[in-house]
Amino acid sequence: MEARHKSMKAFGESLADVNEQLKIINQPGDFPFFDEKYKETGEEELKAGKIEIFQMNLGKMCNQVCKHCHVDAGPDRKEIMTKETMQLCLEVLSKTDIPTVDLTGGAPEMNPNFKWFVDEVRKLNKHVMVRSNLTILVTNGFEDYADFMANHEVEIVSSLPYYRASYTDKQRGEGVFEKSISAIKKLNELGYAKEGSGLTFNLVYNPVGAFLPPSQTGLEKDYKRELKNKFDVEFNSLFTITNMPISRYLDYLIASGNYESYMNKLVNSFNPAAALNVMCKNTLSIGWDGYLYDCDFNQMLEMRVNHGAPKHIRDFEISMLEGRKIVTGQHCYGCTAGAGSSCGGATA
Amino acid sequence: METYYNPADLAKFGEIGEGAPELWKKFSEWYGEVFKEGALSEREKSLIALAVAHAIQCPYCIDAYSQDSLAKGADLEQMTEAVHVASAIRGGASLVHGVQMKNINEKMTM
Repeated sequence: MEARHKSMKAFGESLADVNEQLKIINQPGDFPFFDEKYKETGEEELKAGKIEIFQMNLGKMCNQVCKHCHVDAGPDRKEIMTKETMQLCLEVLSKTDIPTVDLTGGAPEMNPNFKWFVDEVRKLNKHVMVRSNLTILVTNGFEDYADFMANHEVEIVSSLPYYRASYTDKQRGEGVFEKSISAIKKLNELGYAKEGSGLTFNLVYNPVGAFLPPSQTGLEKDYKRELKNKFDVEFNSLFTITNMPISRYLDYLIASGNYESYMNKLVNSFNPAAALNVMCKNTLSIGWDGYLYDCDFNQMLEMRVNHGAPKHIRDFEISMLEGRKIVTGQHCYGCTAGAGSSCGGATA
Repeated sequence: METYYNPADLAKFGEIGEGAPELWKKFSEWYGEVFKEGALSEREKSLIALAVAHAIQCPYCIDAYSQDSLAKGADLEQMTEAVHVASAIRGGASLVHGVQMKNINEKMTM
């Protein structure tokens, strides 16, 4: 598969249209409906509990164009969260006891109000996580962002799909591995992943192809040993994440003839124990335009919260969001297969 | 075209238990235990299986353990090296028998 330099949207590809994606993944008859399958957990329906993670998409602009990106992010994407929307988020955060703010993108650092916003959230004493692609931290104009995040005790979570260059570059672009290692060295020098520093740096693995992730603990050992021995870099924990059959990854699955077998794999590996801990139970996802979603994947499929929950951050009402029924689709099997998958890794 | 090997047969492996259910049950349990993480990681065990699959040239096993090695966190370089290990042992096994050939040569010739 050729490297990408722009989003699917920029090329007007049919799968850039969420309706086309939904048509494929929700084809009736092929697999049991997720809502039905979910009952194997012993719960009648999937419902959110207390909101613990306020996950905000600061925009779809990114300096990378990864082959599997569920956001279809890239340098050509112009969708960026405005300061006004961020202000609305701050008002909500100041009135609630939601402990964690999880910033994602695109490259969240590319939002022009990123630093201001992190500063404001930290003043509210909330824990801030940034999903950084690492290469942005060694890109012209962003060299001081790692220092800024260290000074604000921001937890950093970064994708590194393999502990060697080949598969990392295959998925994320030529030269990404080398730049990522430079960025990790910089983070380690600032104290990230060093005992006693209080600065947390986690890595994310996701498969570079049509297969499920391996055991999180086993792979973490391999990552730690190889990254330390070969590159002298460190991190705290490894999160394994299953690729969701949407957007660019869906495009890859179809183009490579792996779609049917991958969906079979997801459905056949449904694990009730993993399903009981899916991230939508404690996460609220906020789109770049302020609309609310049960998770980042639903956000990219434009499936807003429903069943009586307020749909925009301006109408936020925690009592109507906690306990809400989750909006599901066949893509939800991506979070419940095998050891499960979430933004924080395996769930079972 | 008819062939002795059909990829769809791999999924029917369990049917072999129909003739001897108890033996299949014992084999399955033992097989499952063998591949669990122990002194060797699941990835290392899968790579050994991949190498053996090439040594015994079993198409089912090559299919299964190429996929399994990826799913256990190996990459193309590791898998290729595993196949080279199998090939080296196969090649070496042939070559080391050359000592027999030399012994016979020494005995039979002046």
